[in-house]
Amino acid sequence: MAIRSEPVTVNLGPQHPSTHGVFRLRVTFDGEEVIDVEPVIGYLHRGTEKLAEGRTFVQIVTLTDRLDYVAAMSNNLAYVLAVEKLAGIEPPVRGQYLRVICAELQRIASHLIATGFLAMELGTFGGTPLMYCFRERERILDMFEMLCGARITVSYMRPGGVVQDAPDDFWTALKDFTSEMPGYIDELEALLTGNEIVLSRTRDVGILSDELAVNASVTGPMLRASRVLWDLRKADPYEVYDRLDFDIPIGSVGDTFDRYIVRVQEMRESVRILDQCMAQIEPGPVRTDAAYFLRPPAGDAYAAVEGPKGELGFYLVGDGGISPYRCKIRAPSYINLEVLRDLLVGWKMADLIIVFGSFDIVMGEVDR
Amino acid sequence: MDNVLAAGLLDFGSIYRFFDGFLPESLDWLAYAIAGGVLAFIVVNAVILSVSAFTWFERRALGRIQSRLGPNRWGPFGLLQPFADVLKLMTKEDTVPETADRPVFNAAPIVLTAASLLVFAVIPLGHESFLGRLNIGVLFIVAVTSVNTLAVFMAGWASRNKYAMFGAARGVAMLLSYEVPMGLAIVGVALAAGSLATAAVVESQAIPFFILQPLGFLVFVTAALAEMSRTPFDMIEAESELGAGYHTEYSGIKFAVMQLAEFGAPIAQSVVIVTLFLSGWRGFDPVPGWIWFLVKVFAVLAFLLWTRATWPRLRVDQIMEFAWKGLFPLALINLFAVAIEIQLLQNDAGRISTQGYWIMAAVNWGITLAAIVAMANLLGQGRLRRPAPVPSALANMQAGSD
Repeated sequence: MAIRSEPVTVNLGPQHPSTHGVFRLRVTFDGEEVIDVEPVIGYLHRGTEKLAEGRTFVQIVTLTDRLDYVAAMSNNLAYVLAVEKLAGIEPPVRGQYLRVICAELQRIASHLIATGFLAMELGTFGGTPLMYCFRERERILDMFEMLCGARITVSYMRPGGVVQDAPDDFWTALKDFTSEMPGYIDELEALLTGNEIVLSRTRDVGILSDELAVNASVTGPMLRASRVLWDLRKADPYEVYDRLDFDIPIGSVGDTFDRYIVRVQEMRESVRILDQCMAQIEPGPVRTDAAYFLRPPAGDAYAAVEGPKGELGFYLVGDGGISPYRCKIRAPSYINLEVLRDLLVGWKMADLIIVFGSFDIVMGEVDR
Repeated sequence: MDNVLAAGLLDFGSIYRFFDGFLPESLDWLAYAIAGGVLAFIVVNAVILSVSAFTWFERRALGRIQSRLGPNRWGPFGLLQPFADVLKLMTKEDTVPETADRPVFNAAPIVLTAASLLVFAVIPLGHESFLGRLNIGVLFIVAVTSVNTLAVFMAGWASRNKYAMFGAARGVAMLLSYEVPMGLAIVGVALAAGSLATAAVVESQAIPFFILQPLGFLVFVTAALAEMSRTPFDMIEAESELGAGYHTEYSGIKFAVMQLAEFGAPIAQSVVIVTLFLSGWRGFDPVPGWIWFLVKVFAVLAFLLWTRATWPRLRVDQIMEFAWKGLFPLALINLFAVAIEIQLLQNDAGRISTQGYWIMAAVNWGITLAAIVAMANLLGQGRLRRPAPVPSALANMQAGSD
């Protein structure tokens, strides 16, 4: 005789240790098993897109910092690329290299956070791997501080380049970092990748098929974990990515373990990119003398970058004024959440937490 | 301490006789009660003090493992941090949910703490334990530690909180399952020692029992990790899933008492492990027995801390699977092996010589290695093969812009 139990509806969040901010899930459990999931978002809504309509093109850079607040540089980059496309500005090459360096450092920092919090959600008490990840992330933030004085909300990039050239200290710090980072990644992998418990918790859990991933327009490491070889840095190269040599790691089945391992491998690739950038960069101006009150011609432009979470795009409509008529943000965290329900139903409560954790969403970007 | 206990000054019998000397014949019951009270006072305070020391050590050591500092503000090296914590918790409001089952809600922390405190009564710190030579000491330990299952369920049920209920339901399933392999491992010890008295178990360990029956030791330590619900079996609390699990609704002093039980459990289990498998107070001569005992307990605690700091948590069904498919057969193998060996090696008096112990140890190490390798191949992740990463046909970056 099968045991029958009554479904229990539980509010996971907005105040919950592992909802990555203020995400809320209304979950119906049958015992431990998830039978229904209903995401509730909007607790961090600040109206960024509307605010952008009342600011000048340069001022909006500070708004983008607060979207994906663990990857401000990538947001900066996507936005300034859109403005440059709209206004027809070509930034100097050194500025482009600096932007790529920042974007790749930011990718490492963001993936460190994703990996560390996934490990924490797997139940490492007090988050030992998380603390290791934070130790390395701290160095990246220190380097950002050298560049622009800020660590999280950097606002380093401007339409037409970056705000200022990097100091000499930055290059020494970067060199040390790229030479030591592979060892740190090895250390992190030694703690997690071969661990029997990590494997039994993550393998074949929450499989995202390549078909569903493409149909739901999932992007970023999640898409690549599902075997789809798609990276905007290669598919539609922006900045100087076409001069750099790097590989696109993909997963083998699309489960939680793949989403973890793809991020780890992307960190290694980012270190490679940084090394090449350091070798290739040459002295020169870092910024065009574009006006502060930029007046792009009327028209529209869409530019997207391969952010740490996926395809981060800005669609700008200009009416010839000093601020955009409309600023639409394609936030990868939000779009990746589309497949949440398909991945969670039928799994246990503990799986719910780690599958959701492997999405690596940031609420600042989901709610905007 | 060894001398004090060996001279019979601190066990129940001698305290009772001491007070009985002052009191008239008709007040025997009073002497009995006073002796019990004095003993309880000593044990409870000793345990609470060692728990505070342990919380300090745990937090500092975790800090070192995680490349941070840990508490270092109150007192030298933060030694007064546990007292600051308790004082803070005492001044907090003690809230009880409106729909809670108040009597049960209030009783749960006490039941939980009492269980881990009672274990100390029968542990031999020297030749004697606090309760003297209780002849069913091992049975007493098994009985007392299983009470925490009830306490966890009381706390979870009485809270009327869904998270607490999840924690409690998980707790009952897990704690009950792990008592089976734990009990079987203890039977192995009792067979080898020929007695259920904790003092006799220690005295019979001419070689420590973890050398004699390594498989039983491993099973017991693993089951003990589950019984104290620490990683990788900490799903009762599972802070990343359930917030705080069964004690979600507790605050103030009740929360402090629950924490006392939670941090007392590792100490209690380490003490049991040391007594049953690491030959208790026995050691080499110039060093007194109680120092040996403390060093061994500390070593076990440090090991428990290490696993806690580095391992993730198993899922609820995997924990049950591990108990019934993994530990249960291993415990049975150990039990059968030990029983057969004892039958073959015992002399006419039913005892086994030290030489016989070494033969048993040699055979058991072979059995242990074979059993663990076999189990790892049956249950481990190594048996799963993953396909090589093949790019999906659904998207092609090299196909030009589309």
